Amino acid sequence: MLQIKNLHAGVDNEEILKGINLEINAGEIHAIMGPNGSGKSTLASVIAGKEEFEVTQGSISFEHEDIASLAPEERAHKGIFLSFQYPIEIPGVSVTNFIKTAINEGRKAKGLDDMPAGEMLKMIREKAELLEMDRKFLSRSLNEGFSGGEKKRNEIFQLAMLEPKLAILDETDSGLDIDALRIVANGVNKIRNEKNAILVITHYQRLLDYIVPDFVHVLLDGKIVKSGTKELAYELEEKGYDWIKEEVKTV
Amino acid sequence: MSLKDKLITSFFAFEDYIDADSHIHELRNIAIKSFEEKGFPTKKEEAWKYTSLNVLLKEDYCVFPKNENTIEFKDVKKYFLHEIDTYKIVFIDGIYSSFLSETTHDKVDVCLLSAALSKPKYKAVIENYFNKVAKSDSLTSLNTAFAKEGAYIVIPKHREVEKPIEIINFATGNEAALFLQPRNLIVVEENAQVQIIERHQSLTSNPVFTNVVTEIFAEKNASVDYYKIQNDNHSASLIDNTFILQGQGSNASVHTFSFGGKLTRNNLNFYQKGERINSTLKGVTIIEENQLVDHHTLVNHIAPNCESHQDYKGIFAGKSTGVFNGKIIVEKEAQKTDAFQQNNNILITDNASINSKPQLEIFADDVKCSHGCTIGQLDEEALFYLQTRGIRKKEAQALLMYAFASNVLESVKIPELKTRITKLIANKIGVNLGFNL
Repeated sequence: MLQIKNLHAGVDNEEILKGINLEINAGEIHAIMGPNGSGKSTLASVIAGKEEFEVTQGSISFEHEDIASLAPEERAHKGIFLSFQYPIEIPGVSVTNFIKTAINEGRKAKGLDDMPAGEMLKMIREKAELLEMDRKFLSRSLNEGFSGGEKKRNEIFQLAMLEPKLAILDETDSGLDIDALRIVANGVNKIRNEKNAILVITHYQRLLDYIVPDFVHVLLDGKIVKSGTKELAYELEEKGYDWIKEEVKTV
Repeated sequence: MSLKDKLITSFFAFEDYIDADSHIHELRNIAIKSFEEKGFPTKKEEAWKYTSLNVLLKEDYCVFPKNENTIEFKDVKKYFLHEIDTYKIVFIDGIYSSFLSETTHDKVDVCLLSAALSKPKYKAVIENYFNKVAKSDSLTSLNTAFAKEGAYIVIPKHREVEKPIEIINFATGNEAALFLQPRNLIVVEENAQVQIIERHQSLTSNPVFTNVVTEIFAEKNASVDYYKIQNDNHSASLIDNTFILQGQGSNASVHTFSFGGKLTRNNLNFYQKGERINSTLKGVTIIEENQLVDHHTLVNHIAPNCESHQDYKGIFAGKSTGVFNGKIIVEKEAQKTDAFQQNNNILITDNASINSKPQLEIFADDVKCSHGCTIGQLDEEALFYLQTRGIRKKEAQALLMYAFASNVLESVKIPELKTRITKLIANKIGVNLGFNL
């Protein structure tokens, strides 16, 4: 589904990603772990198409199509979703109206008419229930005055509504207490199937107890230096990142 | 002949023609002298540093429209808040239109200043209130000198007007360039309540220059919500001088929505004369091309334990210019004042500009005053967020501008008006809100 080859990217002549190779297939869950400043969030933003970052070398393809020159919304229309670490507040636009706009923009891009109101409402109810969201929540202004947990739940709600092929969860666990974490993870698990894929970006192994990855990659200084299975995550939790840094140096 | 000379010369003819008592004549004579001395303001004056009237003063205006012009209701229906029942005081080229108006004398007075100035039964109110809070700056003086017609609204004690009042000034342009000077007097007595909507609408591409003065008196515990819709066409200019005197425990709010017009200057002045007064000043400005909108606000905190809240948002495209000058005076006696002022601006283009200046003069020592001003572009991170949800960049930009501006609308108390303004904003910034508001 997603193929990243020798990806170099940065901002203002400062290289942040220094040759990333990553392949994600349908049905898989990948986790990227790494210390602060290793380039995790940059990788997420570059896949989603943030214009601030310049790709200087290498390629990103999605379903065998080079997407490096596509705008973020075009990537979204192809089925890439990014859940933000710090979701943006938009006063004056309710959660419901926002998601309606997003869904219908996506349909328009595919040459479809707007989703019928009844169908939309039914879907909103279903997905809100999945995330244990209160009805009142849906009429509030998007993310305005939301708690950290509510913001993240709202991100996963949008993910559930938009049904992307590839969902990138950037630090979804940060700022969540254990109950919120469980709800969010349950939501993600119910959405996953053999046709979609999930890329989890996280600091800690904690989230991976709930969203169990097939592969774990360690990102250090803009490069994936080690890949493995979920056991690697436990090892990192226990020993930190220093031993990998040592290993990389030795090599 | 310059416009100033023309006005001064016409004054004497006007004085002969008007029907009013000696008190008013005296006010007029003082006012014309004041204008004659001061003249139109120039950029040399600090308060007019960024706004030049020169381009407006060059036109050859008709200063007294002679003909009574008529308009079909269907042609101007859209300028009324026709979704709901309202009182209407309508003027066409400065002359009262009984056909388009709906006034009342039933328990409250919603009628004409011309009648109030000439009929004995209004004499006491006129003597107590007329020209009592208006200042003697040159433009206000000019208006006072020629004050003859406008809205006259008096809400007696404990009365709540059951529907909003619309004051609409149409200009037909049948007289080529037109200079208009409406004068409104609004008295809201103890515990009374009123909601008023004011707009100036030109129906022509001929130049229209309006210099309006509105005096509002909110007595003890009264409540006044005033909405100014400034969405005129680009050949019309407006100088709006509004003076509000508030008594103890009163609430007064003015919302100014500035989307249209060539040059718009708002001189909005609040004077708090009593304790526990609340004053609210809000504005949304969205302009483009060569438009200019200038907000000069003054809140004068005179007594203790009062509040004022100012929130002005501006979006500037094209070569448009914005000015915000927010003056807050907290006098020595006005302890425990809580004054808040916020002015946020977005510049869409490199050629647009905004001059924003808070001006705080605080003479009391136990007060809470805060002010903030931002000038920026749209938040890139927010744009990216919307785009990752599949919303196209242009649409995302519009949605963010809409969110930025619509914040100010929360305090609009007439739902139909709120919807109207929301749609105007959406329309103005080209956001396709694919949902019901």
